[in-house]
Amino acid sequence: MEVNYEKLSLGSILRYLVLIIVGLILMYPLFWMIGSAFKGNMDIFGGLSVFPPEGAARPENFAMAWQINKNHNILFYFLNTLKFLIPKTLLTAISCTLTAYVVARLSFKGKKFVFTMIVVTLLMPELAFRIPLYLMYSKLGILNTYASLYIADLFATGSFFIFMEIQFMRSIPRELDEAAKIDGCNALQTLWYVIVPVLKPIIITACLLCFMWGMNDFQGPLIYLTKPTNATLSIILKQQLDGDAAIVYGKVFAASAIALAPMVIIFFAGSRYFVDGVASTGGKE
Amino acid sequence: MPTTKRKTNLTPYILLAPWFIGFVVFKVYPIISSFWYSLTETNLILQETTFVGLQHYIEIFTTDNIFKTSFVATLKYVLIGTPMVMVAAFFIAFVLNFKLKGVNFFRTAYYIPSILGGNVAVSILWTMLFNTNGPINIVLGVFGIEPVNWLTNETYAVFVLIFLKTWQFGSTMLIFLSALQNVSASLYEAASIDGASKARQLFSITLPIITPMVLFNAINVLVKAFQEFNSAYLITKGGPNRTTYFLNVYIYDTAFRMNNFGYASAITWILLLIIGVLTAIIFSSSSYWVYYND
Repeated sequence: MEVNYEKLSLGSILRYLVLIIVGLILMYPLFWMIGSAFKGNMDIFGGLSVFPPEGAARPENFAMAWQINKNHNILFYFLNTLKFLIPKTLLTAISCTLTAYVVARLSFKGKKFVFTMIVVTLLMPELAFRIPLYLMYSKLGILNTYASLYIADLFATGSFFIFMEIQFMRSIPRELDEAAKIDGCNALQTLWYVIVPVLKPIIITACLLCFMWGMNDFQGPLIYLTKPTNATLSIILKQQLDGDAAIVYGKVFAASAIALAPMVIIFFAGSRYFVDGVASTGGKE
Repeated sequence: MPTTKRKTNLTPYILLAPWFIGFVVFKVYPIISSFWYSLTETNLILQETTFVGLQHYIEIFTTDNIFKTSFVATLKYVLIGTPMVMVAAFFIAFVLNFKLKGVNFFRTAYYIPSILGGNVAVSILWTMLFNTNGPINIVLGVFGIEPVNWLTNETYAVFVLIFLKTWQFGSTMLIFLSALQNVSASLYEAASIDGASKARQLFSITLPIITPMVLFNAINVLVKAFQEFNSAYLITKGGPNRTTYFLNVYIYDTAFRMNNFGYASAITWILLLIIGVLTAIIFSSSSYWVYYND
């Protein structure tokens, strides 16, 4: 379909102006962070410039940030993060897709109840579960294991993702399931060979969101992983501000930039999945 | 054969087993046990749980001054932050909804803060931005405003966190934008034939039609704001003088620092109740201002 773009009028110039100014305000902090990662302490505060003064660039901040403390480099903590994040993402994708499929496509008694409970748990603030789960994991003896951060995801507890996939599945024609049934597919085969290929974009969206939220998660690792050796990226970043010795701000900025880099790369690689995914959960009923 | 009963197909139930286990073990049980804990003194180090009845609740409402401070701080953050996110999100969605070239680029760029905003790295960045000699004060200085000690000023500290929240309006904006794009163009055509001005169209067509999404977004933003932890814990550390000591930080300290899981559970339940009541109020008010098509 051809889109009729607006002709360049006073109104549209005004709109572009608004978009560019707001965009600059939104992006400035991130650029300032990257720029400051190359600066010495003296050059970070007191000015607005993103770039370090000529001849005063300190790329060695990045070397310091890479070797973030005397025991390990930052990659070690990134890998620690992946140790819970990869299982979490995969388990969420599998268990939520399976559950969404059963609720959206199969007929059984109690379906309405299941769907209602998915919506109810979706609306429950996450906070409600924090303390009881901690006490439960403490009894199970899995505190300080990465499993404490993903064990629940094995059991389709990501109601948001289930809901999102159910909504998406409504748009897949039922004839596909029926044709598969006639061809002799059972429920699981139908899911795998018919539904999953069509559902792929929304599964990718779910994986990306799950991964990003996990990267941002701070309270989870703060509570569950208390040994220096299993600290995640978010914990080690937080510690950069804790030291009472003089802080090398450039190093802190460089570490922050390194920590955000994988997220930015993943975001741009999958931006259409993010944008479409968010738009489709709220935008359509 | 009319005599045979139709056999119940067990497949759906087998496939639902993981969800069902998850529902019982990770949702229902925690909720029930959390209420039970709120009626007890639970100490993890001593491995003790003693029943104390409603004592914690009574204490919270009568003698606990930290709770009052914490409640006021949270409420301030929620009641100022939510409208700011909503207005920013709607305004930008409205501008983006005009058929401009490069809309996709802006849409993507505006969404980045939403994705990164919860990260510890961004919290660190925020403490630096609002440093007394940081960029924010320099910009204010251009307009002749005296530098503010953002992080140590009891009035302004909470705004540092509110600005961070507002910075992340992108996901709310995307939901508005997709709602706006679903408004049928024929409505606007009919309105302009009838001589309705652009402003009139905004208030008589656009806003009424997207009110369901306003409701959805408002509740979403509000419920999340009530649970804010990262920014308050990392940027202002609850200070100065507990003006940003949000309830979720208070709960964290009570449970995981003071090892007082019973009391923390009681605060959690009160917070859940507050969220529930406010959500219910917004929902019940919706019949007055939300326009449903069907």
